[in-house]
Amino acid sequence: MILLELKHLKKSFDELEVIKDFSLSVKEGEVVSIIGPSGSGKSTILRCLTMLEQMDDGELSYLGEYAAKSENGRCVYASKEKLKQIHHYFGLVFQNFNLFPHYSVLKNIMDAPVSVDKVPKEEAKKRARKLMEQLGLSEKENAYPYQLSGGQQQRVSIARALALQPKILFFDEPTSALDPELTGEVLKVIKELAKEKMTMIIVTHEMQFARELSDRIIFMENGVCVQEGTPDEIFHSENERVRDFIGKFVG
Amino acid sequence: MSFGTMLGQLATGMLVTGEIFFLTLLFSLPLGLVISFGRMSKNGLLRTITKIYISIMRGTPLMLQLIVVYFAPYYIFRIRISSGYRMIAVIIGFVLNYAAYFAEIYRSGIQSIPVGQYEAAKILGYSKGQTFFKIILPQVIKRILPAVTNEVITLVKDTSLAFVLAVTEMFTLAKQVAAAQTTIVPLMAAGVFYYLFNLLVAFVMETLEKKMAYYR
Repeated sequence: MILLELKHLKKSFDELEVIKDFSLSVKEGEVVSIIGPSGSGKSTILRCLTMLEQMDDGELSYLGEYAAKSENGRCVYASKEKLKQIHHYFGLVFQNFNLFPHYSVLKNIMDAPVSVDKVPKEEAKKRARKLMEQLGLSEKENAYPYQLSGGQQQRVSIARALALQPKILFFDEPTSALDPELTGEVLKVIKELAKEKMTMIIVTHEMQFARELSDRIIFMENGVCVQEGTPDEIFHSENERVRDFIGKFVG
Repeated sequence: MSFGTMLGQLATGMLVTGEIFFLTLLFSLPLGLVISFGRMSKNGLLRTITKIYISIMRGTPLMLQLIVVYFAPYYIFRIRISSGYRMIAVIIGFVLNYAAYFAEIYRSGIQSIPVGQYEAAKILGYSKGQTFFKIILPQVIKRILPAVTNEVITLVKDTSLAFVLAVTEMFTLAKQVAAAQTTIVPLMAAGVFYYLFNLLVAFVMETLEKKMAYYR
């Protein structure tokens, strides 16, 4: 089943064309990594997919339901109610966590299910506790974000996203703000999720991680997809630019 | 006149001072928030209007504003002003003035919240109202508390300006008693009163700050 379909995304900021023409289709249970140099438009794609940015042109649908359609070269978004429903299908984990500093770990995780999805408090709490256990946060239930390490904060933000039970989870450079040690603990969590067949799209600079985890890797540069393929295809690419970029990481 | 009788005379003034103080806060704190929304609005006209409003409120003396509020109904609409309107005019004047200052304080606080907080809330599906009242405003209040304390302390002392509309708050009374009895003691007592009032204000605000110190 296709969970996400993006066709011919175009996006400019003022005069600067950030995404020239990008399409992506993701099946249930798939893990797709987007790699490439800084400024290549990776994060912009994620921001368009999660509707934090409006597309200039293109079509976007989740589970076959249109969030946006292309009409005469312009992008037309669905109704507010429709978008609200579509928002339920995905979650996003930010590079710098964006936890709510005035909420405890538990409240960060359970507040959206309670306030947005109207899940009964007790059930939301149970759900949150289960997630905290899974992600090794049980002892931090009553801690506030400032008391946590970066790795713990990122795990809370993953739990917060999972608490809404999304069908697809986006990661925007989830480890870029973390040191190597903390990076490891967050990557471990993401690997666990992959084992459980969570559908994920990950923008990352962790090459080895992308290689191990992904079903598919997309290499972006200058707003276009340079190459798309299995980790093997990308890591043994014929394309000089891709080889060059990956060579710098793998050594 | 004994010290006790004098204090008794001042006491009625203290009540009026307290009344001006509390009513001003009660109305100007929420009004300031509304004005700050206007100031940050996407609508250019609304933004300009609130900008001019704030500019005038901050740029002219509060005393003059009180006089304008009091006499405006007569000069503009030829409505006869009753003496009961004096206190109302004082409250209106103070509220309009302080709301302008509070609006700018709110604005500084709201604009200091990282955009990531809004984005996280949006992704999680919070409505705009929920985002503002549950996520943003509590953080704003924590950040602006020291600036608000400053304004509130200034307000305590500004209440004495009500004398221009012949509202007998405490300072007016102190001056009257001082003149009638040819003694400076009532004025000193007034000074002590303002000081203690502000000590209380500072204590309350500090307690609030401590209450919100559970997170960073």
